[in-house]
Amino acid sequence: MDPQTVIAKRIAQELGTGMLVNLGVGIPTLVANYVPPGLKIYFQSENGLIGTGPIPEQGMSERYLTDAAGEPVSALPGACTFDSAMSFGLIRGGHLDVTVLGGLQVDEEGHLANWMIPGKMVPGMGGAMDLVTGAKRVIVAMQHTAKGNPKIVKQCSLPLTSLRRIDLLVTELAVISFAQDRPLLLETAPGVSVKEVLAATEAALVVSKQVPHMNIEGVSS
Amino acid sequence: MKTIGLEEAVAMMPDGASVMIGGFMGVGTPERLMDELARQGKRDLTVIANDTATPGRGIGKLVSAGVVRKAIVSHIGLNPETQKKMIAGEMEVDLVPQGTLIERIRAAGYGLGGVLTPTGVGTLVEEGKRKLEVDGKQYLLETALRADFALVEAFLSDYYGNLVYAMTARNFNPVIAMAAQTVIVDAAHIVPVGMISPDHAVTPAVLVDFVIAHE
Repeated sequence: MDPQTVIAKRIAQELGTGMLVNLGVGIPTLVANYVPPGLKIYFQSENGLIGTGPIPEQGMSERYLTDAAGEPVSALPGACTFDSAMSFGLIRGGHLDVTVLGGLQVDEEGHLANWMIPGKMVPGMGGAMDLVTGAKRVIVAMQHTAKGNPKIVKQCSLPLTSLRRIDLLVTELAVISFAQDRPLLLETAPGVSVKEVLAATEAALVVSKQVPHMNIEGVSS
Repeated sequence: MKTIGLEEAVAMMPDGASVMIGGFMGVGTPERLMDELARQGKRDLTVIANDTATPGRGIGKLVSAGVVRKAIVSHIGLNPETQKKMIAGEMEVDLVPQGTLIERIRAAGYGLGGVLTPTGVGTLVEEGKRKLEVDGKQYLLETALRADFALVEAFLSDYYGNLVYAMTARNFNPVIAMAAQTVIVDAAHIVPVGMISPDHAVTPAVLVDFVIAHE
């Protein structure tokens, strides 16, 4: 199973019926593919839609119905649309249960940096600062390292997205909780040891005696 | 509300004007107005919008044509030309968190001096802004943002200018229609008065100055 699938499958387990959920571009978008059937989750697209559905069948896309990257989507029965002020009211106002975003760095304090690399990449923050500041629960989906370098660091060197601490980090190697003062290693991926996780992590993690493997269907440990 | 020809509508906008433009990655952007602004070779516009779309689409056309001096937007990541011009100093780009940007516009349209938002506290965004504590929580004071013109794309306009939007093409459109001196609308369909139920009209006709005539 490739890293992205491991991450997406594990995060899908965090979602429950009735939740309003916003998925960012990249790995987070894949989470929707692994939600168990029968679970009624409201996916929000911040360009103004609750009830975002899968990519429409060929020939059925409509230029007025798109996701936040401007790509065609469908809408599920019961979907509703609104303007950008309401969309961000939902996000900032405590109505969004979960946001899942990509990350460049996460540090020991639970701070996320995901919107720019000074001098290299300045795409703009889009909705990321509002999402991290306002959502009830912030889950970050990212690869554990970048070209062998740790992305889970002591202190972010890149500009922060928000001072608000993230709640959970899921990588292809581990699940890390930021619910307490210090980051806690909750699970490792099937076949991955605690030692391997710690070797790939710059931040100091709290490790309990028993760290279970992620229980993701279709993976042999 | 008056109807107006496309060429005449764009001719009203002087070089150097500030222009709010609806759309999210080009969805809900009045394309005909973008084409005509580029064709008339406007210069030094300040564009206020969600993003600069992609080259060849929506506001991306204005960036390519050199129409834009300054962009106040939340995202330019999918338009490499904007990034290139920003780095080269040919275009000024003011990046604003999306929720803050739309609230600043809404504040102007609703007669407020600004809004207090927790977004951006402790980040690069707070530089040069007033920070206020309310009930023990930190907020940034973000000031109202208004413009000379708003360019709106609607799905339906009736003969009076009552507007209905389609799905995700609504985005910034009804909000900018409150915040500009002159509001110009391009509607996909122009329908008789009475076709739009009062309960379904999103933007009241009284806010609309011009609807672009269909040829």
